[in-house]
Amino acid sequence: MAVVFQKSRMLTDVPFSYCPGCTHGIAHRLIAEALEELRCEGRTIGIAPVGCSVFAYKFFNCDMQQVAHGRAPAAATGIKRTHPDKVVFVYQGDGDLASIGTAEIIHAAARGENVTVIFINNAIYGMTGGQMAPTTLIGQKTTTSPAGRTIAANGNPIRVCEMLATLDGPSYIARCALSDPANVMKAKKAILKGFRNQLEGKGFSLIELLSTCPTNMGLTPVAAADYVKNDMTKVFPLGVYKDIDAEQK
Amino acid sequence: MKKLMKGNEAIAEAAIRGGCRAFFGYPITPQNEIPEYMSHRLPEVGGVFLQAESEVSAINMVYGAAGSGARVMTSSSSPGISLKQEGISYICGAELPCVIVNMVRGGPGLGGIQPAQSDYFQAVKGGGHGDYHMLVYGPSTVQEAVDLMYDAFDKADKYRLPVMILGDGMLGQIMEAVEIPPMKDPAAFAPKPWATDGTGTGKGRRIINSLYIDPDELEKVNHRLFDVYVELAKNETAYEEYKTEDAEIVLVAYGTVARIAKSAVNLLRSNGVKAGLLRPITLFPFPSAILSALADKECIKSFTAIELSMGQMVEDVRLAVNGKKPVGFYGRTGGNVMSPEDIVKFISEKEGR
Repeated sequence: MAVVFQKSRMLTDVPFSYCPGCTHGIAHRLIAEALEELRCEGRTIGIAPVGCSVFAYKFFNCDMQQVAHGRAPAAATGIKRTHPDKVVFVYQGDGDLASIGTAEIIHAAARGENVTVIFINNAIYGMTGGQMAPTTLIGQKTTTSPAGRTIAANGNPIRVCEMLATLDGPSYIARCALSDPANVMKAKKAILKGFRNQLEGKGFSLIELLSTCPTNMGLTPVAAADYVKNDMTKVFPLGVYKDIDAEQK
Repeated sequence: MKKLMKGNEAIAEAAIRGGCRAFFGYPITPQNEIPEYMSHRLPEVGGVFLQAESEVSAINMVYGAAGSGARVMTSSSSPGISLKQEGISYICGAELPCVIVNMVRGGPGLGGIQPAQSDYFQAVKGGGHGDYHMLVYGPSTVQEAVDLMYDAFDKADKYRLPVMILGDGMLGQIMEAVEIPPMKDPAAFAPKPWATDGTGTGKGRRIINSLYIDPDELEKVNHRLFDVYVELAKNETAYEEYKTEDAEIVLVAYGTVARIAKSAVNLLRSNGVKAGLLRPITLFPFPSAILSALADKECIKSFTAIELSMGQMVEDVRLAVNGKKPVGFYGRTGGNVMSPEDIVKFISEKEGR
């Protein structure tokens, strides 16, 4: 009997702690598959942020560090500079990366720090119970914007890929969506590209994954996926924002 | 052979001789000579120097590097150390070894850039959130700072906690003749099987973490940390006694202030006042036992803490003396430094001597 499908070796047997319909599980799986395909087993260090994915250190089958809110790119810098021959990946949500950790991500990108960042943008604070995020859409209701986010009170959502793509440091910046199988496959390719760039010493890469949070969006898993595909992509257009390989061609 | 060196540069060289191979920091006066020195010296020994975007980032780079097994340090001064407190709490929670230098300047707020000792509470009582301490040294000469720094990484590794060198602007800026010890061989350092070097998989995975959701588990961690502090008190408590054998008045001072207090002791003695000095070298663990023993001595009538603050260490002195003898306080702040004569005048007036 041939094995045609199995769990990635880069994931542990610990069951995910995520809600039904949440796409953290898909993102974890894509990262694990990419690491396995690129033969990174036994030479990888991952970083778990603060947020729902704070427990990511339990799920990836590699050395892991759990770090302070927003500081993952700084910790990754310390790790990568200590072990430049190892693969270092950073996993951050939108509150972590685009709010409290803006300085850290901008400067890690500007330095072209040779790490791969997976940025989960679900437009909301999941772990703390559905508060407004830096990426919450205008009009979107959250527990701290109960009447809907307004430009007057809160400003516009931050587009991380567009912002970081203005820097010279990054080698690859792309935004994908975990909304449907076709987009998930595109995300897998982008993640592979990010890790390949690191292995080739090309420097900083960031892959933003538009993600669901059915629990705090107040939507069913299917409706949340549709929301990502139809509403979030209007504010956060999908695509490659920086690719030094394409620029050289 | 002794060499004339500025305190900050001597401390930086001693760190490298003691095995430091990574430095992450951010500019702030009066400690800039440390990162400046490290920026050219560390690459010479195959180490890493990086100027971070902030103190917050610098201490989290230290976290990452320490968690990955590096002998790593950072340095700053008071406002910058405040910014590092979050990271220091995480480092203590994750039980990571590193060395932190604080060349203290006056505060609160932006304060000034002149010497002060007003970060004592922050350094010895924790500083960030949660139950934790560091091993804190208060060197009084450049040579002592060099000697303490030389072994600081060994202590940090042994107990898996940060070691803080609590200096002041004076110690950093003064030039003194120092004996710089030989380079330690990194190959001789004990391995760190707990460090995330990337090779871990399956059951051999290493996790660096300070999150414990289960209350019983976190309580266990808190107790484990404090068991280490008991060991610290037993093994590492250090102090200097000066002319305390027959003293009636004992001054208590640390760091550069202790040198001024020592001169004051000699002046007082030449005036016929039997004065002595107790100089804590470790500020945490605090040398409480010797202070308690001195307080039991019949000849000793009173203690006076001398500090560049409004009175911080004096609280630990009072706790140690525990009401057995009166404990007075004399301090200067704002970057002002007392002279030996100021101390003599204070003792003469307040103590009626």
